[in-house]
Amino acid sequence: MLETGRKVLFKGNEAIAQAAVNAGCMCYFGYPITPQSEIGEYMSAKLPEMGRTFIPAESELASISMLIGAGTTGTKAMTSSSSCGIALMQEGLSAMVCAEVPGVIVSVMRGGPGLGNIAPAQGDYFQAVKGGGNGDYKVIVLAPSTVQESVDLTYRAFYLALKYRNPVILLADGILGQMMEPVEFKKYPYEDVDTSSWALSGAKNREPRFLVSLHMLDGEMEAITRRLFKKYDEIAKNETTYEEYMTEDADIVITAFGTVARVAKAAVKRARQNGIKAGLFRPVTLFPFPDKALHETAKRAKIVLDVEMNMGQMLLDVRSAVFGAAPVEFFGKPGGALITFEDIYDAIMKADKEIAQGGRV
Amino acid sequence: MDRSIIISGFGGQGVLFAGSLLCHAAVIEGLHTTWIPSYGAEMRGGAANCSVHISDDEVSSPIVNMSDVVFALNLLSEQKFEHRVKPGGLFLINTSLVKIEPQRDDIEYLNIPLNDIASEKNHPAFINVMAVGAYVQKTGILKLESLKLALEELTTEKRRHLLPYNIASLDYGAEFVKNSMKV
Amino acid sequence: MEALVYEKPKCLKKDGAFTFCPGCGHGVVLRIIAELIDEYKLQENTIAISSVGCSIFLEKFFDLDVAGASHGRSPCVATGIKRSLPDKFIFTYQGDGDAATIGFNETIHTACRGEKITTICINNTTFGMTGGQASATTLVGQVTKTTPKGRKAELTGYPLHAAEIVANCDGAAYVARVAICSPKHIREAKKAIRKAFEMQIKGLGYSFVEVLAACPTNWGLSPVESMNLIKDNIEKVHHIGVFKDITSGEEK
Repeated sequence: MLETGRKVLFKGNEAIAQAAVNAGCMCYFGYPITPQSEIGEYMSAKLPEMGRTFIPAESELASISMLIGAGTTGTKAMTSSSSCGIALMQEGLSAMVCAEVPGVIVSVMRGGPGLGNIAPAQGDYFQAVKGGGNGDYKVIVLAPSTVQESVDLTYRAFYLALKYRNPVILLADGILGQMMEPVEFKKYPYEDVDTSSWALSGAKNREPRFLVSLHMLDGEMEAITRRLFKKYDEIAKNETTYEEYMTEDADIVITAFGTVARVAKAAVKRARQNGIKAGLFRPVTLFPFPDKALHETAKRAKIVLDVEMNMGQMLLDVRSAVFGAAPVEFFGKPGGALITFEDIYDAIMKADKEIAQGGRV
Repeated sequence: MDRSIIISGFGGQGVLFAGSLLCHAAVIEGLHTTWIPSYGAEMRGGAANCSVHISDDEVSSPIVNMSDVVFALNLLSEQKFEHRVKPGGLFLINTSLVKIEPQRDDIEYLNIPLNDIASEKNHPAFINVMAVGAYVQKTGILKLESLKLALEELTTEKRRHLLPYNIASLDYGAEFVKNSMKV
Repeated sequence: MEALVYEKPKCLKKDGAFTFCPGCGHGVVLRIIAELIDEYKLQENTIAISSVGCSIFLEKFFDLDVAGASHGRSPCVATGIKRSLPDKFIFTYQGDGDAATIGFNETIHTACRGEKITTICINNTTFGMTGGQASATTLVGQVTKTTPKGRKAELTGYPLHAAEIVANCDGAAYVARVAICSPKHIREAKKAIRKAFEMQIKGLGYSFVEVLAACPTNWGLSPVESMNLIKDNIEKVHHIGVFKDITSGEEK
């Protein structure tokens, strides 16, 4: 357990791993892939000496399946990977949602599609939020934008996974994984979730339990899916989180998540210095998406400008949240190309000009 | 104040350590800071670099295209990064290994023969730490004492015996700048 | 002479009759497993992993805790459980389409890690549940839904011998292939599965028992013809025997 009592420098990937250790993660399963391999390396050094489990899995199919195994016993466990590795985990994600098995998956995005490259990217918003697995299902997705927040949201990921018996993805990118930033480790702030009513432990003095994802009886799958969606409503009601920065009187509201949001914040500050009313709306939970809050903010704005390191993925959720309350513009770069301060500032200036000319309303 | 610094050189010249040294000292002084290594394909090619930010406000992107400051510890880095120094910025060149004429007149050059200074000493001296000493002396962005504290924090048990040489290296870099300013 | 009375094993559900086709090997093997779970008093301490195929409905037959796994991933799910609860008895129940085809990578790596779990792999040389397509273990010449003129080696290669390969993994403690085609064979099968259970109970490593079993429905044969097919054909390709036993020599 590491409690620093002050800010210390930590690399993002290692901070996530240490946060998992602090959160009580008993098992880590993973297969190396850049830019997140330090997570597995860190776990391989920490967990065995604490009497916990580290397994270098033979594939991401194996990692996620081992995660399912640990999850069925109510044990706190984690796996991590990047883009094409997370693609292999979709089978397991869909299965664990269906069987209501908890687990934490760290996804550190790199450029895609395909093997892509190893540069930081946000091209896996759909993969995480919409899912590449089969069927009607949702995964809770948390998107940190600093190393400190990576730690805090790793804590929260373990808590939410057990509280709702659902996988939780911590969605970071190559920058967040590779960068060092000052961070303070505090004690894991959540209460332990009681798993005794459902976890597998051997059918001693109770009815046998089964956690499976095949439900062949007439109407069984429909009933289960409807129950899961009630749970998602509950999650949306309780857990939706976002940050708003200077949106109160903003004409131009930027929407951005993760790394891009911190660059956007700097651009908003500069725009304000130059008398342009810009603001930033940053979803912290990508599912549940803060659609009501964004809609309210958009009602006050003249333009909503969505910025992502992809060709427009969160954009769909932004549009559906804004729902006509303001025009939605997009600026993005795919394939691991970085979005710079200048990029966003220029996009704000362009939006400002559009507003001055009467906009496109 | 917000400074972006790129430190570039061969793998093995200690560029990542130099960056993290600046970063640790910045934490000691309560400043905002970020560090990110080049982990891309270029790392596989033998050249290494890292980007550091030191700021009194939140750091936006840890990666920059144009940097306030660049350390080029070898020729490849000089060629790669000369055009990525912001106008008015500072380009620190290890002239022991870089023997070419500067191309720009809108940036300041800080020429230090790091390897030559190191080889004059009768004990190990480290050019990465010397470069940091020189930069800090030149700009006053951090206190030398903070860097010395950071060195102590960063030095593992295994490398403890090298700590005095590291601290001395910091001073050699600083002294070089002090002396050249006198001239 | 003492009367030999067969009772339903305690860990099987009272109202959970097997739902397999006539002549299918699954029922026999599940009964053997149930008898051994009773004998070793493992019911309250067991978590079974159901796989994909006709092997899937464990929770409908057993009064045991059951975790489901996706196609071929049972050994990984078992690994996650065993590492979380090392004192529990964990077995995977898989078919050849699962353990030896889509999930053979997982099988091998689980064996190499010496994971202290037990795999029972029913090998009927076909994908039974999906209707009788060729699997990795299908014999050359065998007619299936996807080898309508018989498996041709020059087109789809040769059968995979799972037990022999698993036996080559250093972490495997016990590996055997048995058959369910005569009373004598069934007694041998029970002996092997018992040994596999003991390996886990003693914490010695991974144990793997491949069971040659009939799939009369998909083979298009009567149960009797199916038993003969195992004896006359399948056993000639997938040889029965013990391929690894790290305790051999210790006791006899």
